[in-house]
Amino acid sequence: MGYFSRFAVPHPSPAIYASMIAIAVTVFLIIAGITYFKKWIYLWDGWITTVDHKKIGIMYLISALLMLFRGGVDALMMRAQLAVPDNKLLDSQHYNEVFSTHGVIMVLFMAMPYIMGLMNFVVPLQIGARDVAFPRLNAVSFWLFFMGAMLFNLSFVIGGSPDAGWSSYFPLAGNEFSPHVGTNYYMISIQIAGIGTLMTGINFLTTILKMRAPGMTLMRMPMFTWASLTTCIIIIFAFPVLTIALLMGTMDRLFATKFFTITDGGMDMLWANLFWVWGHPEVYILILPAFGLFSEIIPTFSRRNIYGYTSMVASMVLISFYSFLVWTHHFFTMGQTAYVNSIFSITTMIIAIPTGIKIFNWLFTMWRGRIRFTVPMLYCLAFIPLFTIGGVTGVMLAMSAADYQYHNTMFLVAHFHNVIIPGVVFAVLGASTYYWPKMFGFVLNEKIGKLAFWFLVIGFCLAFFPMYITGLDGQARRMYTYSEDTGFGPWNMVATIGAVCMAISFVLIVYMIYYSIRNAKKEAVSDPWDARNLEWATHTPVPEYNFAIIPQVNSREAFWDAKYKGHPLFKGDYEKIHMPNNSGVPFLMSLFFFALGFGLVFSMWYLAICGLIGVFICMAHRSFEQDHGRYISVEEIKETEAKYGGTHK
Amino acid sequence: MKTKWALFVVHFLIAFVLIGCDKIAVLDPKGPQAQTQANVIWLSIGIMSVIVVVVCAILVFVLVKYRDSKLPKDYEPPYIEGNRVVETIIVIVPILIVAFFSVVTIITNNKVEATPQAYKGQDPLIVYASSSNWKWHFSYPEENIETVNYLYIPTNRPLEFKLYSFGPITSFWIPQLGGQKYAMSDMVTTLHLAADEAGEMMGRNANFSGVGFAENSFYVEAMSQDDFDDWVTEVKETAEPLTEEKFQQLLKPGHLGQLTFTGTHLPFSPAPEGEHAGHNHGKDGPKADTNGNQEHDVHEHDTSTS
Amino acid sequence: MKVDHSQPLEYSTEQNRLNILGFWIFLGAEIMLFGTLFTCYFTLVNRTSDGPIGAEIFEITPVLMETFLLLTSSFVIGLGIHAMRLGNKKAMQAFFILTLLLGIGFLAFEITEFITYYEEGATLQTSAFTSILFTTLGTHGAHVSLGLFWGLFIILQVRKRGITPVTANKSFIFSLYWHFLDVVWIFIFTFIYMKGLTQL
Repeated sequence: MGYFSRFAVPHPSPAIYASMIAIAVTVFLIIAGITYFKKWIYLWDGWITTVDHKKIGIMYLISALLMLFRGGVDALMMRAQLAVPDNKLLDSQHYNEVFSTHGVIMVLFMAMPYIMGLMNFVVPLQIGARDVAFPRLNAVSFWLFFMGAMLFNLSFVIGGSPDAGWSSYFPLAGNEFSPHVGTNYYMISIQIAGIGTLMTGINFLTTILKMRAPGMTLMRMPMFTWASLTTCIIIIFAFPVLTIALLMGTMDRLFATKFFTITDGGMDMLWANLFWVWGHPEVYILILPAFGLFSEIIPTFSRRNIYGYTSMVASMVLISFYSFLVWTHHFFTMGQTAYVNSIFSITTMIIAIPTGIKIFNWLFTMWRGRIRFTVPMLYCLAFIPLFTIGGVTGVMLAMSAADYQYHNTMFLVAHFHNVIIPGVVFAVLGASTYYWPKMFGFVLNEKIGKLAFWFLVIGFCLAFFPMYITGLDGQARRMYTYSEDTGFGPWNMVATIGAVCMAISFVLIVYMIYYSIRNAKKEAVSDPWDARNLEWATHTPVPEYNFAIIPQVNSREAFWDAKYKGHPLFKGDYEKIHMPNNSGVPFLMSLFFFALGFGLVFSMWYLAICGLIGVFICMAHRSFEQDHGRYISVEEIKETEAKYGGTHK
Repeated sequence: MKTKWALFVVHFLIAFVLIGCDKIAVLDPKGPQAQTQANVIWLSIGIMSVIVVVVCAILVFVLVKYRDSKLPKDYEPPYIEGNRVVETIIVIVPILIVAFFSVVTIITNNKVEATPQAYKGQDPLIVYASSSNWKWHFSYPEENIETVNYLYIPTNRPLEFKLYSFGPITSFWIPQLGGQKYAMSDMVTTLHLAADEAGEMMGRNANFSGVGFAENSFYVEAMSQDDFDDWVTEVKETAEPLTEEKFQQLLKPGHLGQLTFTGTHLPFSPAPEGEHAGHNHGKDGPKADTNGNQEHDVHEHDTSTS
Repeated sequence: MKVDHSQPLEYSTEQNRLNILGFWIFLGAEIMLFGTLFTCYFTLVNRTSDGPIGAEIFEITPVLMETFLLLTSSFVIGLGIHAMRLGNKKAMQAFFILTLLLGIGFLAFEITEFITYYEEGATLQTSAFTSILFTTLGTHGAHVSLGLFWGLFIILQVRKRGITPVTANKSFIFSLYWHFLDVVWIFIFTFIYMKGLTQL
């Protein structure tokens, strides 16, 4: 028993036991289901070993939706606990675990993969490429993210969840104040997923720089591709900082080093700095692609080109640059001088300028357009005012003298949800509705989609606007309860009602997908929205080689020009197409990473070493492997193209 | 319709803040620093509301005028690359706003980081406020008394709080007197406050510090200097002395009520400043930095000559 | 695979060009990685607590030996790439093997250096300074160790398959990696050892 007692959850409760059973039952049902329907081979050949960017993108999206569910349940538990004063639903320890996992999951395992998924699916199509630069590496990235996410979620039932907040400040997160393994899970699972993200950044930067269709100069790239490019650059510069921070944190916890300890010269402020040197650019890693998605959807449904293309690009480049110069605003209250705070106040506020330019450019894109109120467009339209509110409260927070009063309060919580939900969540929900037909060949149900949208928007306003007020009234964030005489009660009840609305919206979205799968007309429409960029020039469903003939580009909206101005997009004849082979090694390697991570979490060194050796064997295998890919013959292409109705010329 | 709704929400929010501002702690300042901060908050809310209103107005206008159903069937939107004048305006106006705010922020930063203007020249009351899981210890070195979880302060006199922690990072916050600042184990931070009027206030740790965080608050009472002096005299006559042993007991994780002692913990457990600063701490850390000081001094000498 | 003969072999296919660009970008990330480590080192260098300071444990001789070995190996791998471009498989292999031997020599010195530190009481757990010292040096050392295996694999592949666009590409990328480790070492030598030794 001694050996296994380490796996026990330190603060068990009926909810955790119920989850253990639920997880066991679900896993059993999935395995039984796959076996019963004889889908193992399909799963292995079609998905697990795939290196196709479109399938990897879809797998990212599915994982992100699952994580949205998990993070959403966490959010509901928090809101239920805070709904009334002196509530006893959750005790302090549980509440701490819930908000810590909520933060990590929503930022790193929901928003990130959602963005990555859309990047994976859209970017190669948008630039007229057949795949990414390193398809095999792309699969490694996905599976590393997936295993990181699984490892993190495992903490709930084995060993206990992290409880030091998503920012995991030391010394609170150190061994002295967080003795159980929760924070080990945090350090190691984020590290594993982070390596995957870094690889994605390198992969997509290379792809965008080198694999664009002929004629697509940098200044002819679609906005989402530009957004992805700047995001990749941020990833490449920001994630190594996180890698080192997590390495140091892990060593402090596992090997008793003295980086962030109270004793022996350790420096808790160093963690805060490293975390936010990564953490702030991370925010822009999420929001820039979201901006890119809005810049795709708004022109399509306004039937106009994007207004101020050059200033849009310039503002994204500026934002990505400034994102590295503002991290101190996360701790204006750490005792720097007024001089230092002033500098970081100003750099922070400067970011509002390019962001403001973008807001106005979107407005002017709709101006003199022909606006259709589809579901994706509704998300964009709600985004503009709500994100503006989030943005201006950001400027308020940036003024450091006043930040002394906002810091660590619900005002701050309201602010960052007010930028992330309308910014990122609306973007990915809008974009997944927008790209759904390209992914799956049918349009999602409008009616249910609109209903879900309204629930989400109203729920959002109800849930987060009251927090601005309670924050100013002294409600600190991360408090698991408050007393009746604080007067926070009614506002928190409103917020909880809002959260319930948002949960209903999520249920409606799931129902919309289910309903549409059952009822939507499965006619393969390649361009259902009358869109403007190259991703819509492909067939639906997209053939594995994307484009039978690589498109010729001579403007910013080549596909639009091909449709309405007679621009010849596809010139020349079919040639055989070189494609990469599938491989199970990325999956296997990530399994070894999982074993390594699990071993490290529990200091089971033999398991960790075996995992590490496994990882190295996979890398060695890749080195020696001779894999030249395969060719799709001209006959095969002709056959496929004929099936989809011929190449659009 | 949705934008109207959004506008409504914004107005509702502003109206509510306006009505309820008496009751909202941060906007009901009782000291010069909190007053400065409340002024900044009001100023920024004002200017920012204008921006939100402008954005919403343009949005509503565009949506009303250019919606598909309202347009003639043959209307085809034009191709518009951009407009230099418009783009210059949307760059210049935000720059002006940010420039204005930058000036405001520099001025106010220097205000809140210094002794309040009105009380300059007065002898400040120095209080060492240290946190341990999950309590606050207030040491008055000049008065030579110490309290736990409550703070008495004189009005109309500058207050200088020296903040540090015996555990995780915490944040010392009395909303009605002024903004918060971190208390950390390896350095002392200074927070300048002052109270204009007598009264009771809430103070708390605002930075998450573990299981007992929610209850990690303290009671603050501002009183006239005479009342304060009376209180000090009374404490000195009635309270027990704070011994090292007793203090170590107090440091143990948990919650305590309000306690009063004569003497402070500073002689035997000094704050992490000067020679006791973080990088000189040995194995025992700030908890009991009593041994090995000599060695530390040697190292400090070594490193400072580099 | 279309092979473009006007380019050097390692650049001759599209995938090769992608690989090289991708690896340069990866090196960009590596610069951030080591940059962060150096920043942390500078932050923590004076936080020695009860432990020794740099000047008390650093010794110039092994450090100079390590520097000499690694710098030479970087030069030798340059010769190896030159031989590869000339198509001289034997010379290339010889230079690569010499590179790896020099790398092993470097590691041997570094390991003895670490053992000496431990004997002098400067362990990973002694103080913030020793923690970051071992972590920074160790990260570089781990990169060198990984490079040894990688280089070995490449030598085996060249021996078996000859100098092809694929192996030439791998060898070239490996040489970039090895040069990069050399550059990092120069920073370590200057800002950790030289600066540390002049601390007294």
